[in-house]
Amino acid sequence: MKEKSNNLKIFLNGLITENPTFVQLLGMCPTLAVTTSLKNGIGMGLSATAVLIASNALISLLRKIIPDKVRIAAYIVIIAAFVTIIEMLLNAYLPSLAASLGIFIPLIVVNCIILARAESFASKNTVGKSIIDGLGMGLGFTVALSIISGIREFFGAGTLFDIKIYADIITPPSIIIMAPGGFIVLGIIVAAINYITSKRKAGDN
Amino acid sequence: MSMVSIIITALFTQNFLMVKFMGICPFLGVSKKIDTAAGMGMAVTFVMAVASAITYFANLLLGESMQYLQTIVFILIIAGLVQFVEMFVKKMLPSLYSALGIYLPLITTNCAVLGVALLNVQNGFNFIQSVMYGTFAALGFTMVIVIFAGIRENIEEKYVPQSFQGMPIALITAGLMSIAFMGFSGFSI
Repeated sequence: MKEKSNNLKIFLNGLITENPTFVQLLGMCPTLAVTTSLKNGIGMGLSATAVLIASNALISLLRKIIPDKVRIAAYIVIIAAFVTIIEMLLNAYLPSLAASLGIFIPLIVVNCIILARAESFASKNTVGKSIIDGLGMGLGFTVALSIISGIREFFGAGTLFDIKIYADIITPPSIIIMAPGGFIVLGIIVAAINYITSKRKAGDN
Repeated sequence: MSMVSIIITALFTQNFLMVKFMGICPFLGVSKKIDTAAGMGMAVTFVMAVASAITYFANLLLGESMQYLQTIVFILIIAGLVQFVEMFVKKMLPSLYSALGIYLPLITTNCAVLGVALLNVQNGFNFIQSVMYGTFAALGFTMVIVIFAGIRENIEEKYVPQSFQGMPIALITAGLMSIAFMGFSGFSI
């Protein structure tokens, strides 16, 4: 029973309390670059989640074998191998998604979230826990990307999942799906989260 | 592409930070002071220029048949280079070393470095074009991170609503700078 609640805690830690995007502000490049549409955001989130789970599991399995001095290089090679697999799978089965994510699929290798979890969690915990951590963090990343890309697609293009919502009635301000919109929307979301947490803290006292 | 158009593209129209969203982590992380930002920019410039040159030859060696090894080989080359830069800075510029802190080894995971190596291959650049593109993309990175650090130093002293303090105001500043860079879009030689 205790084990179960512990696992749930690890999962929720990644999903909410230490959300990699909104709380830790890791992996900013894909967060800003691919969130122009909901489909891209979810696609990137799930690809990164798959890599994260697989790399966490393998690194945790090998944690006693990998020498301490070369661990970062070893982690990067493991992560790069999984990213290559994902890249091949996407190219084969989802070519349109692969085309719209473009160079940001191989760049999952340098997503700080994955290396950070390898270093701070998978290298110290059992395989089972590492997989749950990977799942929690990965879904936390996916949810964050979905929120950002949903807001940007809705306000910037007037569509959701490429289905027109109000794009025919008024012209949406397309700057929101361009580069500046990414920075500004994320800035406002983080500010809103800061506001909510500070209100909560004030309520506690 | 001609040399001039590569330079203009790398510095302005396709600026890595403002248009392509590559290298955002150090951009937000080490942009509190102009000195540190400039030091980071120089370290990244060196790594990107040398990485562009080495990965060009690595890609020739890989050829068509081993294309799938590209990501793994490139990231290992970059990790080795960053290790070298880290040892050099630690020995020669200890004050910069302590100011950059964790962000120096993290140049390995700077998207801009792997990104430029992959873009060189994607664009089919020859050796000189690759090195030029890598160098000028990195100079574009340095230029933007130094300007941004200057703006952030000024914001420090101004009133900012509590919820917007720290990262949110930095992101919005970056957004406004990015609007300025949109002025270059469609500009071609």
